[in-house]
Amino acid sequence: MGPSRREFVAMLLGAPLAAACGGGGARTIEGSLVETGMGRGHAMRDLRAIPAVPDGRWRRTGVIVIGGGVAGLSAAWWLRRNGRTDVTVVELDDVVGGTARGGASSVTPYPWGAHYVVAPRADEAAMVALFEEQGAIEGHDAHGDPIIDEALRCRDPDERIWYRGRWADGLYLSAGASAEDLAQLARFDAAIDQWATWRDAAGRPAFTVPVSACSTDPTATALDRESFGAWLDRQGLTSERLRWMTDYACRDDYDLLAADTSAWAGIYYFAARRRAPGSSRAVVTWPDGNAHLIAHLASKVGPIETKLAVVDVRAVAGGVEVIALADDGPVGIRAEHAVVAVPRHVARHIVATRREAGGVLPDCGAWAVANVHLRDRPRERPGDAPPAWDNVIRDSPSLGYVSATHQRGRDVGPTVWTWYYPFPEDGAVVRKRLAGAGHGEWAATVVADLARVHRDLPDLVTRVDVAFWGHGMVRPRVGAMFDLTRMSAAAPIGAIHFAHTDLSGMALFEEALDHGVRAAREILAS
Amino acid sequence: MGAAAPDAAAPGAADPPDGPAPAARPLPAPLLYINVFVVATCGLVYELLAGTLGSYLLGDSVTQFSLVIGLYLSAMGVGAWLSRRVDKHLARRFIEVELAVALVGGVSAPILFVGFAEIAHFQLLLLGFVTVIGILVGLELPLLMRLLQGQVEFKDLVSRVLTFDYAGALVAALLFPMLLVPELGLVRTSLVVGLGNAAIGLWGTWLLAPHLGKRVTGLRVRALIVIAILVGGLIQADHMSTWAEDRMYADTVVYAKTTAYQRIVVTRGPSGFNLFLNGNLQFASGDEYRYHEALVHPAMVAGDHPPKRVLVLGGGDGLALRELLKHPSVEAVTLVDLDPGMTTLSTAFPPLAQLNRQSFSDPRVTVVNDDAMVWLESAPANWDVAIVDFPDPNNFALGKLYTKRFYRLLKSKLAPGGAVSVQATSPLFARRSFWCVMETMRAAGFVVHPYQLAVPSFGVWGFGLARAEAFEPPAHAPAVALRFLDDDALGAMFKFSADEKPVPVEINQLDNQMLVRYYESEWRKWQ
Ligand SMILES: Cc1cc2nc3c(=O)[nH]c(=O)nc-3n(C[C@H](O)[C@H](O)[C@H](O)COP(=O)(O)OP(=O)(O)OC[C@H]3O[C@@H](n4cnc5c(N)ncnc54)[C@H](O)[C@@H]3O)c2cc1C
Repeated sequence: MGPSRREFVAMLLGAPLAAACGGGGARTIEGSLVETGMGRGHAMRDLRAIPAVPDGRWRRTGVIVIGGGVAGLSAAWWLRRNGRTDVTVVELDDVVGGTARGGASSVTPYPWGAHYVVAPRADEAAMVALFEEQGAIEGHDAHGDPIIDEALRCRDPDERIWYRGRWADGLYLSAGASAEDLAQLARFDAAIDQWATWRDAAGRPAFTVPVSACSTDPTATALDRESFGAWLDRQGLTSERLRWMTDYACRDDYDLLAADTSAWAGIYYFAARRRAPGSSRAVVTWPDGNAHLIAHLASKVGPIETKLAVVDVRAVAGGVEVIALADDGPVGIRAEHAVVAVPRHVARHIVATRREAGGVLPDCGAWAVANVHLRDRPRERPGDAPPAWDNVIRDSPSLGYVSATHQRGRDVGPTVWTWYYPFPEDGAVVRKRLAGAGHGEWAATVVADLARVHRDLPDLVTRVDVAFWGHGMVRPRVGAMFDLTRMSAAAPIGAIHFAHTDLSGMALFEEALDHGVRAAREILAS
Repeated sequence: MGAAAPDAAAPGAADPPDGPAPAARPLPAPLLYINVFVVATCGLVYELLAGTLGSYLLGDSVTQFSLVIGLYLSAMGVGAWLSRRVDKHLARRFIEVELAVALVGGVSAPILFVGFAEIAHFQLLLLGFVTVIGILVGLELPLLMRLLQGQVEFKDLVSRVLTFDYAGALVAALLFPMLLVPELGLVRTSLVVGLGNAAIGLWGTWLLAPHLGKRVTGLRVRALIVIAILVGGLIQADHMSTWAEDRMYADTVVYAKTTAYQRIVVTRGPSGFNLFLNGNLQFASGDEYRYHEALVHPAMVAGDHPPKRVLVLGGGDGLALRELLKHPSVEAVTLVDLDPGMTTLSTAFPPLAQLNRQSFSDPRVTVVNDDAMVWLESAPANWDVAIVDFPDPNNFALGKLYTKRFYRLLKSKLAPGGAVSVQATSPLFARRSFWCVMETMRAAGFVVHPYQLAVPSFGVWGFGLARAEAFEPPAHAPAVALRFLDDDALGAMFKFSADEKPVPVEINQLDNQMLVRYYESEWRKWQ
């Protein structure tokens, strides 16, 4: 028995909102809970023995890529770009994309997870190649860095924030900030600028994209041993507005509060996207978020086989043997190489040698994402900051919503909003607590949260679909970034290569791509 | 039987009156003359309202006013004629008629106002109201005269009643244009005058008490209901046109509608029509020809060939259409305007349809209601001329239609040798905004020749004439019927005075929306 609707809303948004939305009596909202691979994943986990594959169900391929997320597709893409055409991607779910997948309605495509990347610098070769392939580079700036097509650079206004009954521009609340608040903001900025321009003896920056290019000099990595919150305290940065913004940043990118985030990761969020002091690299987005990149990658790779849950990967003489569960029973695939592009907790389960090795797994946080279909826009109050791409609700545990029609410039009429809710708490506890919640509970929560900022919204909602990502993202807790287990987990075992964003300790498109391309390079070099 | 004296002579006087009236107490004649006066004033105001709405909304004021006056007078005749059929309960009927006038007259302008936006047969609705109000007003005077009959000598009765009647008309004729419409707007005038009628009706239940007997409560309740409806209407009137709006415009608001996209307001004054979108003047009928000739014709002669396929982005008023349809080479025009409310108004609102010469009915014209930027993405790429006429960039939703991204998209949709003209706000009042548009077009790869002219109701206005390749601005105006543009005017437009010359600006891009920021800071100074 799951919690009642009212209990559920209260649990996620607090009791007052649950009371206001009427709890159990609320009308039913159309929509469904979206499958995020948990069904097949858990079936696979609960399997007692590795099934035997009948002789007739064995096949052969050159490289098998296990997992059709960003990391897996990037590996296959890079292999193909470099001449390997015998690559097969297998994916457990019905669709590829992992946490970067998207959906579409007749109105607009929309994301189910990741919704943006940061414009690459010239030295991020794979990212630049990905944009070049799409004809999305319009020139180069004074630093020689690519200028991403204007149509993809997040359209202004990019952010607004709901605070005390009004929408204000931007994310940092400058209206009403005291002189001390602003002084602290300036000091924080200066500290970030300092780290953004810091270089080690070999000239490596402390903070850059991807994580693998960052300096491992102890001066920088020492930051991983304290929390971002503690680091801010030490700098005397205690302004409530600033601390709200840093907490927001951690919740948004890491599914954590600043107090639990590695200071290294906290600074990374701000410093790695600085191009020069005071100027940030462009945010790049599509109506369906990073699912647009998934679609591009998927169009550039060989066969993709979905609904195939890999349960066993082992090194054998001359290559690898992979056993997967199809809907109609087990199948076997022999290949020269395998790229295991699944989260580490899954890799540990399916890779024979990993199963035996044991060890600590990285911490994974849960997320809820809802796509809210509206037949029209809610009314905006004159004088408020106008609708933005990202619309943040300051005193909500949710992050607010991103409008899927903003980037293309459709400013009126029907739209889809993607609502994000991080669970900065312990992932296992959250997964247990929310087990049994149905679509009705989730939809009521989403609408209650949005209705407090848009009173006329409930009448405009035509559908709410919800995805619960139980193992949504790896989290850079204190000590997790420069942890030896993490750093060694990427090393290949014979012909078995590993790629996943969690090998970086944080969940970002660029990180998943970096590992996919690295795994591909390992194969190309062998 | 105790019937009141005035009734005694009337046919059917044998019928019992309303309740047991006390012995014929005379009616307060002077107060009843005030009644006559108010009734006359209100009656004429309704007539003027109908005439005004008819001529403003349907155009051709001579026809509309003659129709309304003629019908109104004849309907009054019908009312007077019908009055003989009222035999019983004269006083009660008088008050009932009074309340009916209050209700029908009071709601007439609001309903016509809304009706115009929603109903196809507006004219019928208008004349229907005129007829009903005319009949009711026509009933009033005879009933009143019969009530006073016998109490006053006939010659005095006729002379006084008619004097007050005509005096009331005079007051109405003066109040209407000088006080009521300017202060209240059309909708509120109608409701307020209706309230006047209803108040007289309510007062009448005391004045005519001697003839009403005891059962007056029902009448008073009805009077109060009418008053409540009209007061409710006054409160609702803000949805049609706000009090502030009525006072904001110098001229009378004759059409106002909030569509899903914007607020459209049309005002009418001595110099003609004005169209406002979200409070910003889009054109004044008196001088719009200067603007639209300048917007359209330079681009029509700047391309390599006489244009066949023309694209209009924005321009839902149809006035740019009117200009470009003068060119015989034009075979097909597509007009993309976000707001169906606007393009429908331009087709169905006779004065506007006359002004744009029914250009939306031209078989060469196709209308698309969509966001121009979204539409362009999947548009064909074969336009010989594109006319870009968006409202000024005073918000981000409009600002995107002036970005480099937008102009690039536009450029990719032109046929080889095609030309574009873009309205670009005022190089005088919003100098940085104007040059930001020009530089942004250049950054998108256009070769641009900026030009400007004076449009009295706007001030100095600027445009950009552009092509994908180097070209000279045209030297000759086209050989079509034009009022403003000739070779001299054309040449002069490409010259800028010292206070309008280029200033350094940033390029307007989707992710910085510089133009909206420039525009806000510049226009704030002038408002
Ligand atoms: C709510 C949310 C919002 C995010 N927002 C952003 C953002 O805005 N920007 C950004 O850069 N990043 C964002 N991220 C992170 C980003 O989505 C990830 O970093 C990235 O997509 C991870 O890709 P991946 O390939 O490493 O892993 P995954 O997406 O986890 O892909 C792994 C794939 O393997 C499949 N798989 C698992 N087990 C098996 C098996 N046994 N057999 C076969 N296949 C299997 C899975 O179904 C999945 O498709 C977000 C993440 C979440 C959860």
